[in-house]
Amino acid sequence: MSNEIIDALARALRLIAGVDPTLADIVLLSLRVSLAATVAGTLIGLPLGAVLAVSRFAGRGALVVLFNALMGLPPVVVGLAVYLLLSRSGALGGLGVLFTPTAMVIAQTILIAPIVASLARQVIEDLWAQHRDLFLSDGVGIVRRSAMLLSLGRYSLVTAILAGLGRALAEVGAILIVGGNIAGFTRTMTTAISLETSRGDLPLALGLGAILFALTLSINGAAYLIAQTARRAAL
Amino acid sequence: MLRRALLAILALLAQMPAGRAEDPFITVASTTSTEQSGLFQYLLPLFQQAAGITVRVVAVGTGQALKIGEHGDADVLLVHDKIGEDAFVAAGFGVGRHDVMYNDFVLVGPSGDPAGIAGVTDITEAFKRIAAKPATFVSRGDDSGTDRLEKRLWAAAGIDPVAARARWYKDIGSGMGPALNTAAAIEAYTISDRGTWISFKNRRALRIVLEGDKRLFNQYGVMLVNPARHPHVKAALGQRFIDWLVAPEGQRAIANYKIDGEQLFFPDAS
Repeated sequence: MSNEIIDALARALRLIAGVDPTLADIVLLSLRVSLAATVAGTLIGLPLGAVLAVSRFAGRGALVVLFNALMGLPPVVVGLAVYLLLSRSGALGGLGVLFTPTAMVIAQTILIAPIVASLARQVIEDLWAQHRDLFLSDGVGIVRRSAMLLSLGRYSLVTAILAGLGRALAEVGAILIVGGNIAGFTRTMTTAISLETSRGDLPLALGLGAILFALTLSINGAAYLIAQTARRAAL
Repeated sequence: MLRRALLAILALLAQMPAGRAEDPFITVASTTSTEQSGLFQYLLPLFQQAAGITVRVVAVGTGQALKIGEHGDADVLLVHDKIGEDAFVAAGFGVGRHDVMYNDFVLVGPSGDPAGIAGVTDITEAFKRIAAKPATFVSRGDDSGTDRLEKRLWAAAGIDPVAARARWYKDIGSGMGPALNTAAAIEAYTISDRGTWISFKNRRALRIVLEGDKRLFNQYGVMLVNPARHPHVKAALGQRFIDWLVAPEGQRAIANYKIDGEQLFFPDAS
């Protein structure tokens, strides 16, 4: 077993050093699809989470529970649902985006938005509890409340967004179905790992996994440093 | 707020390249055996050079590939279940089915050969010995060409491991690669197509225990998804791919594809 891990790391280093063009394509596609989905998921999730946090209405509790539960959406089910929707025989078939990176972004956005929304709701709810008297006495409306609290809580919200990005980079089941794992077109790091495992090339699969993790680590490290710098500058 | 968010997302998605959209392309639904064996990696650049058409391959089990064709999500199908393919054409989902190439299936098993298959040439006899021992057998269970064949062989041997809920029969509901990985890890028998087996890298103690039975013949067929049924299908481009495959150029290319000097697929378009 440890032999295979050493093989894997050696394979990973050789791939990177050799600047394998297929590897570069795969890494770039993973990044493009996951970043696009994270941006979309954040644009949907942050406002939703914030509004949910600062408003009070009948059925709010049920919505909170729903959003929390949606964090646990089974990816393969989302993939299947999106496939049926985007299939030529489906409702949005005319768009012709099945088996393209766009379909993968759509599926991943559906998976990420609830995560960002629920985490944002929690962060904003705590801030709201701290500041509500101020807001209420000034008679600030829901939209302005949400915007101001989102701004106040931005460092904590970065963690929510990074959680979404991490989820996106790790996704394999849904994007296999809606993307089709087409060589040179919809093959990402995770679907490539799945393929190489099927081929029995375990060292290569592990090596790709090591590279993927190194990538995720770097992105999170960069985000941390940026947040630290921004925080210090703001002081 | 929501509307602005939706517009932003649509703008984002619009920038998502649908691909090298300027190049003509077709979508081919095929099986894992043709993809994982590396055949497409070898063939498709040759076709691209000859015809200037990019081929996007979605590789899934035969059952799923036929379903994709039914929905009109592919232009061409290249699969290996003649019975299923003929039914597909008969139902009006496909047109112009051609034989393309063949190889065979092999029975692989642990080097210890617990069921005593060595020397047996009749596949149903081998299956009877596996059931009698009983020795562990891994089944793909995914309605693929290989899976359908394996089930037919059990029927020919007069055994129904599914109905008997046999504990030695492991239905993993997965592709050929996972089936081989599983069989290698738990030291079990399984049926594999030769293409996937030759290119499979995690054999451990597995090796071929039976080959050559006529019933293990594996025919691949290609056909166009019926444009009358799905008008958006790229009939002209798809037909060019089919024509290239069955013409001498494509047939020669198929014969030339080898791993370590061993040929994986044998052209037989008539």
